[in-house]
Amino acid sequence: MTPLDRHHAHQLLEQMIRIRRFEEKSAELYSAGKIRGFLHLYIGEEAVSVGVQQSIQPQDSVLATYREHGHALMAGLSAGSIMAEMYGKQEGCSRGRGGSMHLFSAEHRFYGGNAIVAGALPMAVGLALADKMKGREAVTFCFFGEGAVAEGEFHESLNLAALWKLPVAFLCENNGYAMGTALERSESVLDLYKKAESYGITSVAVDGMNVGEVEAQTSKAVEAIRAGQGPRFLEYRTYRFRAHSMFDAQLYRDKAEVEEWQKRDPITLFEDALRRRDLITAAEHDAMEARVAAEIEEAVAFAEAGTWEPVERILDDVHTEAPQ
Amino acid sequence: MITTYREAMRQAIRDAMQRDERVFVMGEDVGAYGGCYAVSKGLMDEFGPERIRDTPLSESGFTGAGIGAAMGGMRPIVEIMTVNFSLLALDQIVNNAATLRHMSGGQFSVPLVIRMATGAGRQLAAQHSHSLEVWYAHVPGLKVLAPATVEDARGMLWTALEDPDPVIIFEHVGLYNDKGELPDDAGAVPIDRAAVRREGSDVTLITYGGNLGKCRTAATRLEAEGISAEVIDLRTLRPLDDETIMDSVRKTHRAVIVDEGWRTCSLASEISARIMEQCLYELEAPVQRVCSLEVPIPYPQHLEQAAIPQPETIVAAAKEVLGR
Repeated sequence: MTPLDRHHAHQLLEQMIRIRRFEEKSAELYSAGKIRGFLHLYIGEEAVSVGVQQSIQPQDSVLATYREHGHALMAGLSAGSIMAEMYGKQEGCSRGRGGSMHLFSAEHRFYGGNAIVAGALPMAVGLALADKMKGREAVTFCFFGEGAVAEGEFHESLNLAALWKLPVAFLCENNGYAMGTALERSESVLDLYKKAESYGITSVAVDGMNVGEVEAQTSKAVEAIRAGQGPRFLEYRTYRFRAHSMFDAQLYRDKAEVEEWQKRDPITLFEDALRRRDLITAAEHDAMEARVAAEIEEAVAFAEAGTWEPVERILDDVHTEAPQ
Repeated sequence: MITTYREAMRQAIRDAMQRDERVFVMGEDVGAYGGCYAVSKGLMDEFGPERIRDTPLSESGFTGAGIGAAMGGMRPIVEIMTVNFSLLALDQIVNNAATLRHMSGGQFSVPLVIRMATGAGRQLAAQHSHSLEVWYAHVPGLKVLAPATVEDARGMLWTALEDPDPVIIFEHVGLYNDKGELPDDAGAVPIDRAAVRREGSDVTLITYGGNLGKCRTAATRLEAEGISAEVIDLRTLRPLDDETIMDSVRKTHRAVIVDEGWRTCSLASEISARIMEQCLYELEAPVQRVCSLEVPIPYPQHLEQAAIPQPETIVAAAKEVLGR
């Protein structure tokens, strides 16, 4: 591995650790009552967002679900603006109006944070259509969970994107459970990429616990999209280690199953691989953890110091201008 | 010149397409077929299939794509064949188009125009004939228009396209063949005020869209009986122009609201409540509502006509509030 590769590997690892620690802190702050509403943690799935991010360029658009803290961090939103959003403070990335499920940033072309399963897919088609009609060379990256595959909007969107040969990357994070319903209890065909193939979209299943594999497969697919070959579909097989949301008692799955998947923790897997090849030292690892800890500490301080939007402004931005 | 409502609407689309290259039309059968109600007939030949874009039967998909395209810098006009079909796109309209600006803290606007046909009278039975305008008029973040005249059919579209937020235009199916005088230089019209279509002093008939003609007929018959009826065309259903309504009611002291929606939780209910809140003590009689019977619109002509407001029922309600 060249020095550049070593640096890149460290970046991948550090970003995964960054998301993991951010989510752990979020859980802690939820228990402390600082964060309210629904909180969906990405712990266990970090390799997907980090691996995909390597193919995203500044002109591209990103749409995600309500489990999107990691994607927002990857898109470039500051940890502080995300944490402040979850606190409901007006310094948050959506001015505190959205909370955990609705992170937005026009600056980073991050179109949310959509809490309706499959609700972002039609919008992704439209963003890509606008790019195509305006002759802009950009790709729309649309993340969704495997639960979305059962929704009509999934099928309508894939058909439209394929029919119009639009530059969309459909990124299915298959963590095996739509809230508490296992895939095998809700789908007649378990290889979800086959459904996408039925629309004539080149599709692939990817080991979503292996960040290198995610990066490589995504890069290949996105290259084809940028070359004008229309949409691509990637099914990342991954697992969420934590509950669906903080209200979830996880009655629907065995601890043994969780433990089995935890043996394939994407961070441990990748770090072990680096260690085996002497590509990381303990000191380098510790330095990563320290940088991440400092950033998160700063983010929490930023959120704590944030302010509440005055109630008098509650109606701002329902419309661009207040109706008469 | 004399023109039809349909032709006025087509000219409005043509004008918008010529003025702004970001404008395009998208919907079921808008292109090769020429539009279910022939509004876009001939436009595909004129502007090409990219800008007069036929879609599959995917209301949620193409409406969401309209939202995405609007966010991506285009100015889409999405046509949904009838309001009944728009229920398949409710998720996109209510959960995305209406919320995104406020929920993102003002970062994203959705400059989208959705046109759809509404209303009964063509014997199309219970899945093509309903008047569900109030479903949309209920939702903050949307503007809802109902052009009732050739002039408004010609002029409201451009105003709607200039609006930075989502606007829904309802076209009553009974209006498309209506003829009216249109000045050669007809263009955009304001959408913030209701219009007094006929002045009167004894009773105010408040209506919109396809029932304006019936109210005018009723007013003529009332005049023959010595009753002077004022007719208000709401034009915009959200936000409502309270001032024009209340000015009239303060003058006539009697109000009849004519609304093809079902009575329960209707626009008529809302307007009645506003009159009660704002000028109860000006009233000489309780407000009357002439609405559709609470039944799915039936197919046979005699039952369909019995289900919806008619000049006779409007005249009867006006006499009722006058104690005659």
